[in-house]
Amino acid sequence: MALFAEEHSIPMTHILSFQLNGAPVQALVKPSDSLLDVLREKLDVTSPKRGCDSGDCGACTVLLEGKAVRACLTCALTVENKQVVTVEGLSQDGKLQPLQEAFMAHGGSQCGYCTSGMLISATALLAKSPHPQRQDIAQEMSGNLCRCGCYEEITQAILDTARKGE
Amino acid sequence: MNQYIGKAMPRYDAQGQVTGKVRYVDDIKVPGMKCVKVLRSPVHKGEIRGLDFSRALKVPGVVGFVTAQDIPGKNAYGRFQDMPVLAPENRVRYRGEPIAAVVAADEDTALEALSQVRLDIEEQTPVFDMFEAMQPDAPLVRHDSKSNLWVHYPPDITEVTMVKGQMDEGMNQADQVIEGRYSTGVQDHAPMETNVSVAYRDEMGRLVIHTVSQTIYAHLGMLCAILAMPMSRIRFIGGRVGGAFGGKNDIHTDHIAALAVLKFGHPVKYRLSREEDLQFTTKRGAFVLDFKTGVKNDGRLTACRIDIWHDTGAYAGMSPYGLEKCAMFAPGPYDFPHIKVTARTIFTNRPISSSMRGFSVINGQIASEIHMNRVAEALGMDPWELRFTNAWRDGDQGVTGYKVRGAGALEAMKKAAELAGIKLPDKLMSMSSRGRQAS
Amino acid sequence: MKKTGVGMCLVLHPTGRKGGGDPSQAIIQLKPDGSLFLKVGAVDLGQGALTMLRQVAAEAMDVDIATVYASNRSDDLAPLSAGSAASRVTLVDPHAVMEAAKDLRAKIAAFAAHRLEIDVENVELADGKAFAKDNPHHHMTFADIGMIANLGEGVILVGTGAWQPAPVQGHDPETGYLDQESVISFGCCVAEVAVDTDTGEVEVTKLVQVWEVGKAINPLMVKQQINGGLQIGMGFALRENLFPHYPDPAHGIESLADYSMPTFMDYPPELIHGIEEVPHPMGVKGAKGFSEGSATAPGPAIISAIHDAVGVWIHEVPATPEVVLRALDAKEHGGATDYWSHQDRSAWLA
Ligand code: FES
Ligand code: FES
Repeated sequence: MALFAEEHSIPMTHILSFQLNGAPVQALVKPSDSLLDVLREKLDVTSPKRGCDSGDCGACTVLLEGKAVRACLTCALTVENKQVVTVEGLSQDGKLQPLQEAFMAHGGSQCGYCTSGMLISATALLAKSPHPQRQDIAQEMSGNLCRCGCYEEITQAILDTARKGE
Repeated sequence: MNQYIGKAMPRYDAQGQVTGKVRYVDDIKVPGMKCVKVLRSPVHKGEIRGLDFSRALKVPGVVGFVTAQDIPGKNAYGRFQDMPVLAPENRVRYRGEPIAAVVAADEDTALEALSQVRLDIEEQTPVFDMFEAMQPDAPLVRHDSKSNLWVHYPPDITEVTMVKGQMDEGMNQADQVIEGRYSTGVQDHAPMETNVSVAYRDEMGRLVIHTVSQTIYAHLGMLCAILAMPMSRIRFIGGRVGGAFGGKNDIHTDHIAALAVLKFGHPVKYRLSREEDLQFTTKRGAFVLDFKTGVKNDGRLTACRIDIWHDTGAYAGMSPYGLEKCAMFAPGPYDFPHIKVTARTIFTNRPISSSMRGFSVINGQIASEIHMNRVAEALGMDPWELRFTNAWRDGDQGVTGYKVRGAGALEAMKKAAELAGIKLPDKLMSMSSRGRQAS
Repeated sequence: MKKTGVGMCLVLHPTGRKGGGDPSQAIIQLKPDGSLFLKVGAVDLGQGALTMLRQVAAEAMDVDIATVYASNRSDDLAPLSAGSAASRVTLVDPHAVMEAAKDLRAKIAAFAAHRLEIDVENVELADGKAFAKDNPHHHMTFADIGMIANLGEGVILVGTGAWQPAPVQGHDPETGYLDQESVISFGCCVAEVAVDTDTGEVEVTKLVQVWEVGKAINPLMVKQQINGGLQIGMGFALRENLFPHYPDPAHGIESLADYSMPTFMDYPPELIHGIEEVPHPMGVKGAKGFSEGSATAPGPAIISAIHDAVGVWIHEVPATPEVVLRALDAKEHGGATDYWSHQDRSAWLA
């Protein structure tokens, strides 16, 4: 019995491999680890924020195979060999994406704690529908909370990016 | 001439924000860092009969517990020095009040340890309605106080009073007197960044605390008193916060993280989960406000009488200060010749009320402005006109005696009407905050 | 059925700590290459304290803002600020920066006078240079001064400044009298709503919010603060209550999923902000704080718009769908045009 308990308490671990912002990474993970745990605690990628850890705020949003997902609700083991993109991977060769520029110009961030999640959700939205209407933006982005209340400025930044992308 | 005042510019750190480079306290990692979690009261009010950590200490990875006995200095902090760091004298006064803290290898271990603590607590009768709490026979939230009312002016004045002119006389001059009772709920700041601290000793043995405090120097002073340490022994690092809205005007994690470092020596992180932050940190507390307004048929306000009750929860937080602010500004930006406001702060067995965006002014204003629109309705007058007639001009006097300078209420209203596409009569548009000519 | 209505309100917000005792400090240092380092104590909660104070410093020193590096990191050698609270930073901290700039300008002028061999009264500082008033060609750049002072002559050029609006004061217990000026900002809000009389849901369809802020040091950030305050303001007025059965603590909110703070979907499709400026005599260039107030202004306008839509004054916030439905019910079944759900509690006060 004691032996069983001891064996049971040894965490099962697994070496997880996936593509992070275009480069291969590996991490030692437990089955209970979320993708957010792995990114923040194991790989020191801190742009996804732990706003709630329950899927309710969107601050941890990352791209998984091009789709916006909540890293806190994503079991780390499920991203094996997949592509994950965080805000750290949005700008290429030090050049900002138009969406990032638009966030800066329109004032899409105040405290900045929601900003990474907002940028990722907006990136996914623009990839899916390059010319969104106001209503589409409201709907698609409604899972991302901003307590500083930057919704209007973020909406303007997204509309502006879409306009310029034409 | 380099001119920047008045220039719309992006945030200085905007590029850092949109590239994910900005570092917040929760992004800090220190080698050997342990996790702190807090054991909280499961009851609204009670006395702790037994607290047994023996089973919890056997959980692999547990370093130990911090209790009130480990506090080298004062087990009290806050603007009014009445909030305990950890349950004092084995008493708890609201559900979620911190009793002890565990230090462990990681969060799972810490939570496992907390579940193994044997807490024997004798539940006592709580009181939740502030009106009930004011009754002479109500259970006392604070066993050592005479009543559930905060003493605003020692030794025994529990009522805040603010007076301008002769309220009764003003009411007598009125053609109509309009009354109303209003109430506001309990709100959480819910900044996207929950309260968090990272603490450790530096190479000089100084205590380093990374904080999300809004009011660094006030909190540093409080920490010195709790830890019985001089300021030069504490390096208190802050400046960047992921939203606060008044919720980080009170210490929530720094003190406990610091105590953990002092006792065990390990670097620690103490971060509140969203659930803890929502339920157990300071709140915007509830108010009830009674308004009575005297007005002439031509719309000139003659007097107002306001009565305010504020539920501060189990401790004062910054509420007494906020209550005074509420009382001071509840009459609104209007030239009342006669005002009387009375207000009180009342303890109940719920989480502590303290500052939040619009701190208590918001509570007075929402009641006052709904009421003002009811006054306009009673007079059959346009709400804009009622306000243009009575809004402060330069030189008008507030209830605490100050003279208004740089008044801008009329200018704000004119612009709002214009942006809303509302055409105001020329009579109103020709008025200005610079003076009150007969209209 | 959806019924629409419009409402307005006028609110105030006091800026700076009530009762005084509200100090801030700032430090500006001239670096060897002529660039400036600004150190302030104001915490940045997202309101943009550092950005705004850097603008004030660049203008006060009359230099290109790109040459001003700024930090608000509180650490060992950090100036004090009474805190980012009470909408005080815009009123108080710019004064500390102005004082620090004045101090540093005097030191730079004295150093330049000595190097240029002219009277200090004859020195003028402008656009990152020190020159003789009577002969502008006779000049040194801040880079020259920084280099020579720091590395050539072993001099440190640091300006310090501190300011507070008033010493600590208390109220007179009998009259409330307080010997302190209140600096007030003014907000006006107009809201349009659609009330769903079947569900009690209130949709804010348009909202105009204007603040008179004395002087907008950074109009982009003022805009953010005006539009941003609606988040907490709308939550306060319509949605958020940690104790939905207050004063009964039962069914208190425990998780974010149950705490319905406004989302993108709840912000009005038409959101208009306005900035009005009546310079306040106490502010730097007339500037005063206001940002807390942008959470205050939406509520009364929204509640009044609900009245305009359905004919009931709701006497409590948040006016959740349940409250709105009960109010409509009370009106329908008794003609009540005022609604307060806590009527039974009034007995305690009788
Ligand atoms: S942290 Fe993942 S949704 Fe909030
Ligand atoms: S910018 Fe602060 S939460 Fe969005």
